[in-house]
Amino acid sequence: MNEVLIIAVISLGAIGVIAAIVLFFVARKFKVIEDPKIDVVEEKLPAANCGGCGFAGCRNFAEAVVSKAKKEGNLEGFNCPVGGNEVMGIIAEALGLEVEESEPQVAVVRCNGSYQHAPKKIKYEGPATCEFAHNLSSGESGCPYGCLGLGDCVRSCQFDAMYMDKETGLPVVIEENCVACGACVKACPRDIIELRNVGKKSRRIFVSCINEEKGGLAKKNCEVACIGCQKCFKVCPFDAITMNNNLAYIDYEKCKLCRKCVPECPTNAIWELNFPPRKEKSDKKPPLKDKEAREAEQKKPTEKASPGKIAKEKLDADKKDNKDIIN
Amino acid sequence: MKTFKSGGVHPAENKLSANVAIQPLQLSKRVFIPISQNLGAPSQPVVKKGDEVKVGQLIAKGEAFISAHVHSSVSGKVFKVDEVIDSSGYRRPAVIIDVKDDEWEESIDKSEELKKEISFSKDEIVKKINEMGIVGLGGATFPSHVKLMVPEGKKAEVLLINGVECEPYLTSDHRLMMEKAEEILIGTKILMKGLGVDKAVIGIENNKPDAIEHLAQLCQNYDGITVQALKVKYPQGGEKQLIKAVTGREVPSGKLPIEVGCVVNNVGTAFAVYEAVQKNKPLFERVVTVTGKNIHNPQNFLVRIGTPVSELIEAVGGLPEDTGKIVSGGPMMGKALISQDVPVVKGTSGILLFNEQESHRAPLKACIRCAKCIQVCPMGLEPVLLAQLSDHQKWDEVEKERVMDCIECGSCHYTCPSGRPLLDYIRLGKFRVGQIIRNRSKN
Repeated sequence: MNEVLIIAVISLGAIGVIAAIVLFFVARKFKVIEDPKIDVVEEKLPAANCGGCGFAGCRNFAEAVVSKAKKEGNLEGFNCPVGGNEVMGIIAEALGLEVEESEPQVAVVRCNGSYQHAPKKIKYEGPATCEFAHNLSSGESGCPYGCLGLGDCVRSCQFDAMYMDKETGLPVVIEENCVACGACVKACPRDIIELRNVGKKSRRIFVSCINEEKGGLAKKNCEVACIGCQKCFKVCPFDAITMNNNLAYIDYEKCKLCRKCVPECPTNAIWELNFPPRKEKSDKKPPLKDKEAREAEQKKPTEKASPGKIAKEKLDADKKDNKDIIN
Repeated sequence: MKTFKSGGVHPAENKLSANVAIQPLQLSKRVFIPISQNLGAPSQPVVKKGDEVKVGQLIAKGEAFISAHVHSSVSGKVFKVDEVIDSSGYRRPAVIIDVKDDEWEESIDKSEELKKEISFSKDEIVKKINEMGIVGLGGATFPSHVKLMVPEGKKAEVLLINGVECEPYLTSDHRLMMEKAEEILIGTKILMKGLGVDKAVIGIENNKPDAIEHLAQLCQNYDGITVQALKVKYPQGGEKQLIKAVTGREVPSGKLPIEVGCVVNNVGTAFAVYEAVQKNKPLFERVVTVTGKNIHNPQNFLVRIGTPVSELIEAVGGLPEDTGKIVSGGPMMGKALISQDVPVVKGTSGILLFNEQESHRAPLKACIRCAKCIQVCPMGLEPVLLAQLSDHQKWDEVEKERVMDCIECGSCHYTCPSGRPLLDYIRLGKFRVGQIIRNRSKN
């Protein structure tokens, strides 16, 4: 009995010792020397692994940052959209470098084709993904450029910064939560969502339409479409507006937020966000109802609940709905 | 009775217009001819606004290898070269012509006389088919001349003529076989000569006994052509299914039928080839079935390409009141139209009107794992798995599961007791995997 025990102990012990020796040499031979700075940088990052920086995850971003810092001594072209300038500053400090502040950005939805403005002409019964619907047809409203309202962008958002508005059928960005990671921009099969600079006091002006059809055709499907009339283009004192394929585009870098173009637009396709109300009354065109509602939602937190909270509730309800559709 | 082995369904046939003779449809006032009506590269317009055109005049040139010419279907003045809505609702370039009289190009032989003798050589036949813009009229609109150019190292052994018409409701091929049988047989002979084969088989489903009898009788005068009756089963009209049913050969995954020595052409194509080669007539009209349970007099019309669908519906007495859906093609593979302004193109085999009740999908329920979709898949795929992987965006696994082999027949969705949109997800997978494959071959 004892003999068996002793043999077992000795043989196992011997295997252990031999394995330890082998492992010792293997570990020496295949040792990977990793810059300890990578760990330091990774620690500072938000660990969201959203991919907004263009790398697969925070670790890859940290590796790239450290190697760039080592090689060129600067952090040009690197930006963590989630952490923003604050985090980039901390990283630069940790690496003993200086960082240029980049303008913070936010996602904007460039379509206002709500149920009210672009009524449904056909009924879509297929699976609730924008990508399939986009490949299948021009959509329920008939606008081949407009939002399909099936929420690929909302599902792609990892920061609870988007929800589908049930009344308009359009996605809404919750600016507080948006980190400009660009996931929704990639998810949208029609390139409706764009990242734009937040701007002073988060005020922004943009054309809420990407329809490149001729005016009449665009207007047929949606009453708030850009019809390419060039009125805004002519009135802009800063050359911030360019016309391309019957579509106006406002360059956010050149735009000085003078708001001259907004009342010019005959279809109310140009949006102003987070501006105080105008002093003089423009009795020509009262702003559209649902546009106002959407602005208000984005603009100010109510006393009772913050927009984040409202949005969260909507989001949960939405998720539940989507689940119903999918299952 | 011969048929393909694995999978297949048998939907209600509803061939309402099977005994209605083909009638030419009255000319439209304005036609919208899309300049790209075929698979492959888009064609380029060669007319401009204000040009006078005749019936059969070339209006768009397809210069790439896989592309086809487009000819004017009417005579008159080009109103403009613009865009027109297609079946998906997107706008595609088109030539819009205001119709005036009906003046044909002089080179076209308008006589009804049967021209049996084939006086052209193999190369001349291929050239002629290319010039006349003939594409596969079964629905996929693959340019026909490309099919006749057998790649080096391959040998065509047998030509299959597809008279299956397995889609419910549609009867355009059936009527063509009844009324233009001789022409189809001569067209088949021409295709045989173009391919250099001495054997052709016309496959017809058993629900058209009159057509089988009629063609079998006429075949006796034509060497090498036989008629094969087939058991009624959808999707027997699919190229690969027809080859399996008639010859017992199986086209390998991702390969073309020529791999097993077969070339498949539709009866409509055979007729168009006859007209192109013997009568010098480009492809500018085709037979379109207009049908539906709500229509009192379903019809088979001979329609000029570019005629708006609304005129076809008008010709059968207007849109019935409770129409829920207008489908271009058959009920299984057809596409719901977004508007009545969509023009008839070379690939339009039928216009089908569904009533409100028929036009909605069954309510969506959870998958019960009954594997019926796997049983009916004619390509031996697992639709439920493909749809799930595609839903979860696992494109590499979707590709491994042979998604590109799917012929989009819709049998899986048709048979699913839970009404799951299997084909929709598989199409999404096909689209994405196709993109990935193209990118890979670029790099």
